[in-house]
Amino acid sequence: MNRMKLLFALLVLVLFHVSAPAQPGKTTAPKAPGTQKTSSPGKPATSWKQVPIPPLRPFRPQEPRRIELPNGMVIFLQEDHELPLIDGTIRIRGGSRDEPADKVGMVAIYADVWRTGGTKSKTGDELDDFLEAHAARVEATENADSTFLSWSSLKENFEQVFPVVLDLLEHPEFRQDKIDLTKQQFASLISRRNDDLDEIAARESTKLAYGAHNPFARTAEYYTIAAVTRDDLLQFHQRTIAPNNMILGIAGDFDPAAMEQRLRQAFGGMPRGTPIPPAQITFKEPVPGIYFVEKDDVNQSVIHMVDLGTERRNPDYYAIEVMNLLFGGGFSSRLFANIRSRQGLAYSVGGGVGTAFDHPGITRLAMGTKSGSTAAGIEALRKEMADLIKGGVTEVEIKKAKDSILNSFIFEFDSKEKVLAERMRYEFYGYPPDFLERYRAGIEKVTPADVDRVAAKYIHPEKMAVLVVGNAKDFDRELATFGKVTTIDITIPQKKPEK
Amino acid sequence: MKTVRTLAAVVCFAFLIPALHGQDIASFEKRITVKKLPNGLTVLIMERPEAPVFSFYTRVDAGSAQEVPGITGLAHMFEHMAFKGTHEIGTTNWPAEKVALEKVEQAYAAYLKENLKETGRDPKKVAELEKEWQDAVAKADDYVVPNQFGEIVESQGGVGLNASTDRDETTYFYSFPQNRLELWAYLESERFLQPVMRQFYKERDVVYEERRMSVDSSPQGRLLEQFLGTAYIAHPYGRPPVGWPSDLRSFSATDAMNFFHKYYVPANIVVAVVGDVKAAEAMPILEKYFGRIPAGPAPEPLRVKEPPQEALRAVTIRDKSQPLYVEGYHRPNFRDPDDAVYDVLADLLSKGRTSRLYRSLVRDKRIALAAQGGSFPGAKYPSLFYFFAAPTQGHTAEEMAKPIHEEIERLKTQDVSDEELQSIKTRAKADLIRGLSNDQGLAFQLGEYQALYGDWRELFRQIDEIEKVTKADIRRVAKTTFREENRTVAIIDTAAPKPTAPASGKGEQ
Repeated sequence: MNRMKLLFALLVLVLFHVSAPAQPGKTTAPKAPGTQKTSSPGKPATSWKQVPIPPLRPFRPQEPRRIELPNGMVIFLQEDHELPLIDGTIRIRGGSRDEPADKVGMVAIYADVWRTGGTKSKTGDELDDFLEAHAARVEATENADSTFLSWSSLKENFEQVFPVVLDLLEHPEFRQDKIDLTKQQFASLISRRNDDLDEIAARESTKLAYGAHNPFARTAEYYTIAAVTRDDLLQFHQRTIAPNNMILGIAGDFDPAAMEQRLRQAFGGMPRGTPIPPAQITFKEPVPGIYFVEKDDVNQSVIHMVDLGTERRNPDYYAIEVMNLLFGGGFSSRLFANIRSRQGLAYSVGGGVGTAFDHPGITRLAMGTKSGSTAAGIEALRKEMADLIKGGVTEVEIKKAKDSILNSFIFEFDSKEKVLAERMRYEFYGYPPDFLERYRAGIEKVTPADVDRVAAKYIHPEKMAVLVVGNAKDFDRELATFGKVTTIDITIPQKKPEK
Repeated sequence: MKTVRTLAAVVCFAFLIPALHGQDIASFEKRITVKKLPNGLTVLIMERPEAPVFSFYTRVDAGSAQEVPGITGLAHMFEHMAFKGTHEIGTTNWPAEKVALEKVEQAYAAYLKENLKETGRDPKKVAELEKEWQDAVAKADDYVVPNQFGEIVESQGGVGLNASTDRDETTYFYSFPQNRLELWAYLESERFLQPVMRQFYKERDVVYEERRMSVDSSPQGRLLEQFLGTAYIAHPYGRPPVGWPSDLRSFSATDAMNFFHKYYVPANIVVAVVGDVKAAEAMPILEKYFGRIPAGPAPEPLRVKEPPQEALRAVTIRDKSQPLYVEGYHRPNFRDPDDAVYDVLADLLSKGRTSRLYRSLVRDKRIALAAQGGSFPGAKYPSLFYFFAAPTQGHTAEEMAKPIHEEIERLKTQDVSDEELQSIKTRAKADLIRGLSNDQGLAFQLGEYQALYGDWRELFRQIDEIEKVTKADIRRVAKTTFREENRTVAIIDTAAPKPTAPASGKGEQ
């Protein structure tokens, strides 16, 4: 349950309108300029092609220092003296995919109450007062495979804030009043989950792609939230908090030797625990067909077409990245140019083959279009897929996509914090520390034939589940003209369905 | 509880005032160069050589507040068009395309005139003229190289290419590797030197889709449109930046160019560049390219002022979606001496789990999932101070009013505590520091303050203003602002759900 995101959406008053959907994906190393004429120093160039592009200033990103404690804990130290801040994150193995199916939402509740429920000696409210007075933050969050305990403090308050982090790690209390508050809030979020078109489409299409009961797709219900107890939270903590399940990344304005000593002293004495075993999750392909969710208070349909994607370890990953960019990634992608700019059918349109670090991502094409062009939207997406699979991606297209990735590669590591985050991620998923460098080398080798091959291999329109969320009475054509339609009832169940 | 509070207070007074070492005006002075070019355009360059990249922020001092009925949404529409290329970029043959686009405008004007006729409108003639217009569009489309502008930026390594339009301003931004500075200066000046309204009417459809997404099909979007439309009866803050449907179906490329010529004059534009650049090398490049934009007269200031509100206003949307509550009170613009007091109020009411609205509505009464207050929808003109709450399951929007008003009453009748006030001031400084950590954020903030105040240093001086706010100020401003006759309330009242019959009986797939 992406609670913070939803709260944020609720709270952000619609202030402005951006021009384009944010562009996903990778973005680069210096690329030698082509054979370009230079403009004379005094006069402006008269064509962009004349503008000289000097070589990029040589740059070697500062790598964090990796320390492995005897008890298995891994620490990354990243000095950064620009601002008087010290920020850190502890990533702990074990997340929502590891919770029982009848208690979906448990790990989200755990993360919330870990922080709000306070420690043995201080209530969560007392921590709030203490931290706010120091302009510091300590928060816990979760995702499918981990929980995270993070802090941000002014340098001069590090010795006040860091003990709070340790206290939460070692002596969390999970007070019942905060468990009740969080459970009530999560139930309220469930009650609101059918208000927003995009939220419905994302949730239901993920269930179609992975299966409704897959740990990456299943959703919390009133009864799964109600089933969670304080003991569950304590046990989850007991089970996951162990140095050999934790990676700490710390960045900021500190003396590395002193900080290393401080961290060794803080964590060195923690006893090893049982490692969290890799999750055993099976992924089945979606059941192809047309799926429909009725929403009669909207004038736009959201269409998602989904299929299982692949992992980033796959050697095809690089060709997939290039394909994704030219197909559905940026301003110059085919989906953007044809469906948005040429046909004016959508504001938001994009898609590509999904990749994840340790499980198949979701291949997804998505767009929002007026109710009266819903069928036209489905056809437009299908046509783009058909054209892609047909092959014949041009050298020019490939070059533009590769240039885009390689020229912007520098933005993968243009801050010390980004470098730290990448290293932590590779450590967590067991990827080589130089994965980014391999990525660049992989991208450079991609040819048009590679893209044609992966398009045919990973994009299967006939196997996809096509979901439409919208107002059927205004559709340009009945969905049944595309084939059998399965209606999805999104009524929120009040109690556990009888088996 | 008491003990820790006291402890916190002591710690706080003892050594918590974060020294802005290295983050004060003096240290930034050394790295920032500001120059007003002869044509009136302001350039700000900040040297921050952390990595070989830079970000920029172009801020045009015109937004939807500059629109009048009939062309609402046009500032935003122009922003979309600024991605469509130039005489050089995005075309296979500019001279021929120019002629074709002129024909589109003529055909569209003829169609629109007939279509909008209040008497004697001839549907047959409308259809004919529409076809002529569409045929002209198809001819002009033959010359288009779609999205070439974005394609150049992306293939040259640009990231975060985007723009935004708000009531007060329109902004453009992305980041580039450091060796593309001159290319950027060319591209960014060129799009405001010779913009081309190609594919305008298709893009208008795209923008209409944006309206469907952000307003028509969004409960919160619908609520806010009604809220602002009710709170403002004269000032353009009452109109949606994305535009009314009628206007999105009628304004033309000619209208967009008129808006451009009036408001995109250099005197109305600030360009901020932050990153691995040297001012001594970069400034001549920026002068060379941005200096090409011809000077023009600064646009006239807005004449309309929102008249004082004299009675409570309320609007209720009966909707299927879950309840939401918002109320707002007119407040002065950002130049008002009490501006910092409103900032303190927003923090006191909304920031984090110690905030008053959280503690009352969320933690103690447990009637809201989230609650907050702050200033909205703009800064340049008198704005609103709003209170927003999302009720928890089983609670109505109306129930939010009483506890919110209790908090307001407390602000008027009781002084805030020393700890609360000090904590707010400490956080303001820390937040300022946290906002200085990347090129893009710096470009945004420096550009914004340079444009609004004519001096980027105001970004740092805001902290001094907050530091000066007293308990008495908070009570005074609460009393003058939060009056019933100055209030507008908008709610979503959830309609009882119709019994739903699961259509296929299948439930989950």
